Amino acid sequence: MTLNDEVLTHNGLEVQHGAGSVLILACGALANEILALIRVNGWDHMSLTCLPAILHNAPEKIPNAVREAVEKHRADFDQIFLAYADCGTGGQLETLCAEMGIEMIRGPHCYSFFEGNDTFTTRTDGEIDVFYLTDFLARGFENFVIKPLGLDRHPQLRDMYFGHYTKVMYLAQTNNPELDKLAEAAAERLGLAYERRFTGYGDLEAALRGQH
Amino acid sequence: MSDQEEDIILSELNDEELVQQMHDDLYDGLAEEIEEGVNILLERGWQPYNVLTDALVGGMTIVGVDFRDGILFVPEVLLAANAMKTGMAILKPLLAETGAPRMGKMVIGTVKGDIHDIGKNLVSMMMEGAGFEVVDIGINNAVEAYLEALEKEEPDILGMSALLTTTMPYMKVVIDTLVEKGIRDDYTVLVGGAPLNEEFGKAIGADGYCRDAAVAVETAKDFMSRKHNQIAAG
Repeated sequence: MTLNDEVLTHNGLEVQHGAGSVLILACGALANEILALIRVNGWDHMSLTCLPAILHNAPEKIPNAVREAVEKHRADFDQIFLAYADCGTGGQLETLCAEMGIEMIRGPHCYSFFEGNDTFTTRTDGEIDVFYLTDFLARGFENFVIKPLGLDRHPQLRDMYFGHYTKVMYLAQTNNPELDKLAEAAAERLGLAYERRFTGYGDLEAALRGQH
Repeated sequence: MSDQEEDIILSELNDEELVQQMHDDLYDGLAEEIEEGVNILLERGWQPYNVLTDALVGGMTIVGVDFRDGILFVPEVLLAANAMKTGMAILKPLLAETGAPRMGKMVIGTVKGDIHDIGKNLVSMMMEGAGFEVVDIGINNAVEAYLEALEKEEPDILGMSALLTTTMPYMKVVIDTLVEKGIRDDYTVLVGGAPLNEEFGKAIGADGYCRDAAVAVETAKDFMSRKHNQIAAG
């Protein structure tokens, strides 16, 4: 079952099971990947809830949304794990996690931990002009990138946003030819070169595996 | 509003109406109308500096306030900025000729590893609109590029911008280098960018964190006025 991206983008996801030992509080952009990992690994002790993925376009709003969600669900679970990287919050999520006594995923962004933070850091020193897509972003390119940037209404703004980029890099979590086509079409729309790199779930799996 | 606008002939408006209409046109990102409006005011004998401040900066200030209040969003601000840029292109050479008031000089650039410049470009434009001379050294600047520009341009203000959590710590590298070289106090250092905040600005030793272009202008003016007061007192 694939969850509806539009809903994950704007509404997030309600808690899947009412209570349990571990709640994964995640970005909506990670919902399908986390549910796949829970399924494959038989992590029945985990429940998932997601904040709207679109918060990523206003990172300053993420810490408060996380705080409210943790406070809302804390009493129902033994443990909460935050499935967010820094995600443009400038270290505020890390500070919040320390204050609230919860753990989070290491790394700057989801495309970093999907590739593996260490590999990503080494590689991206030479990739500052690359725009990254994940499975979620390839599927939701129109709703998550084009529309919020106004490029559907004002295509002339494209080069103001992307003029210094040279390439779209699709970091694929799954092998899905349909997503490859969407990612390639996204690159074409931005007037950029295209490359695909398969990552699987990278550090996400290891981070979740540690939650008991 | 747009149906009504189609019938408006800018040259038939009096000065006050025209400036008001230019504010609306800036708000709507209408570059051609701004170009026409600027030319009409100049033909009527307006000083370039007054065209800049009353028609363009006045209009962009409204855009900035509505952006801050969540009424306008980035795409609309960029369209407005494009329109203002069109007007500025006409006024800039004239401002140089007519000796408009000069507030100070700023070197500005995005830090190493970062290619994002939308915020920086907005700040540059609004600073120029406020009477600052701005030397924009572009994107992906290593500390050496900042030092070279500071030595060559001798600005009052250094502005640094970053959009990424991974690149914003480089601002501290630049500031630490200024300290090591004993030239930190020669400049007012202002920083900005989406993942930054007030605390970060203080922690790295910047003089000010500017959350948007309007705040950058106000902060820069404030520091320049303090500097002038110090000089006067000294």
